[in-house]
Order: sequence, then structure tokens, then C-alpha cells
Amino acid sequence: MTLQVVAFYLFASIVIASAVMVILARNPVHSVLWLILAFFNAAGLMVLLHAEFIAMLVVIVYVGAVAVLFLFVVMMLDIDFASLRAGFVKNFPLGIAVALVLLAELVLGIGAYRAGALNLGAAEGTAAPIPMTSNIESLGAVLYSEYLFLFEAAGIVLLVAMIGAIVLTHRDLRSPRAHQDIGKQVRRNPDEATIMTQPAVGKGVDL
Amino acid sequence: MIGIEHYIVVSAILFVLGVLGIFLNRKNIIVILMAIELILLAVNINLVAFSAFLNDLTGQVFAMFVLTVAAGEAAIGLAILVIYFRNRGTIAVDDVDRLKG
Repeated sequence: MTLQVVAFYLFASIVIASAVMVILARNPVHSVLWLILAFFNAAGLMVLLHAEFIAMLVVIVYVGAVAVLFLFVVMMLDIDFASLRAGFVKNFPLGIAVALVLLAELVLGIGAYRAGALNLGAAEGTAAPIPMTSNIESLGAVLYSEYLFLFEAAGIVLLVAMIGAIVLTHRDLRSPRAHQDIGKQVRRNPDEATIMTQPAVGKGVDL
Repeated sequence: MIGIEHYIVVSAILFVLGVLGIFLNRKNIIVILMAIELILLAVNINLVAFSAFLNDLTGQVFAMFVLTVAAGEAAIGLAILVIYFRNRGTIAVDDVDRLKG
């Protein structure tokens, strides 16, 4: 029990500290690396909640795909990051004000929940974890029965995102560099593709 | 004993930090996208925490869907960023006013 408490406070403090570093780091590459640390520790929090499958999914999808994508883009584009930080100090008071208002609202919400004003009800039992089975097995039983169509819809969302990303970044194939005219290649014959010359000794060929 | 309030507080702080990140880095769209990922992570922690403490797997199913949307959003956002950089040579988003009449 105490080990759980220690682990919770460790993961929670690291996830919050690295989130602070994500938004304050001067170099966006460092931001991405802090983001990866935040994702790992959030996955740790989810393991503490016995949601092992979602935790592994966070590690695979967020760290393995999203964060690496960010890292690629940050390193691929030649961006002057110093000029992008110009308005940082100017925006600081407004940002802090909005954040404090939002935090106050969230604290009020949590206070209302603790005071019993929000009745979340009890689980009706249709989606309760199956006893004596692993998290992934219970989750699969719910996902492939009750939420089958939403699962398919999630697949369509991913397909549309994939096609969209490809269409957006695709360069036109008819640019001179990548253009291949098969008819022209077939029409080529040795007579017009080669020339015979007999240069004098010591002289080069004038093409 | 760690109760659900602990997890809600962590996710609330994470959410506020994400919103703060959007306001602080208004010019740098890469950090804005990372702040959005932080916000979605906070939502995921909240969903999983309630799912665990209410003994109901629906929250974890929806955390999966949030994860799907987050991945798609990051891919499309970065693709738009790449073509914007290709066309303009900068990613300063506070002067994106091409469509202004």
C-alpha cells in the first residue's frame, strides 16, 4: 500500500514537472523530450489504476508515434525558434490569469464532487470488468460487443487522418524531377540516341 | 490510500498547464500542438481514473477513442505545418492572415 502511495506521488510529480518544462523550454526539441517523459509517467499512473492496456497504448501511440512525429518535424524544418519566443513575456500575465481562472473553476468542481453535490451514480454492471480476467480481456469483451460500431468509426477516423496527411504533404508527380514518360522511352532508337564521331588525336569530342 | 481526488487533481493541473502553454507560446505552433497533446493526456487520465474507481470499463474504451483522435489530430496538424512552412518559410502563426480580405 505504501509503495503504491510512493509510486503515485513520484509519477504525479514527474508528470506535472515535465508538463511545466514542455511549455517553458526554450528549445522545442527539449519540449518534445519532456513531453515523452510526461507520457511515460502518465502511463505509470494508469498502471497504478490497473488499466494496463491503456497504459501500454499511451506508450506505443503517444511515445512511439506522436512524439517521434513531433521530433521529426522539429528537426526537419529549419526554423528560427528564437524569434518565435518574442511574445513570451508579453503573453505571460494574460496566460496566468486565464490559467488561474480555469484552475479555480476546476477546484470548485472537485469541491462540489467531494461535498457530494455531484451524484455520479453507480455502474450499472453492463461494462464492469469480468472477474479473474486480465484488463485487456475485459476491455476486448466490451469493445467488440457494445462499442463495435464506435470502434469501426475510430478506424475510419484514422484512415481519413492518414489519407489527409498523405494528400496534404504529397508533391506533384508531374514535376520535372520525378516525371517518367514511358512512351518516350519506348520510342527511343539507337540512331537518334547515339552518335558516331572520329575525333583527331588530342582533340576532344564536341557534343 | 490514494483516492480518486488525487487523480482528478493531477489531471486538472495537467489540463491547466496545457491551456497555459497555448497562451504562452502563441507564435510557436509546434509547442501549441504539444500543449493540446497535454490537454488530451489530462482528459485520458481523468477517464481512466473514473473508470477504475467506478468499476466500469466504458471510461477506458473512451480513453482509447480519445487516443485515436489525438493521433489523427497530431498527424494532420503536423502535415498542415509542413506545407505551411514549405509555402511561407516560417511557422509564426500569429501573422497567418492570408485569407483576410
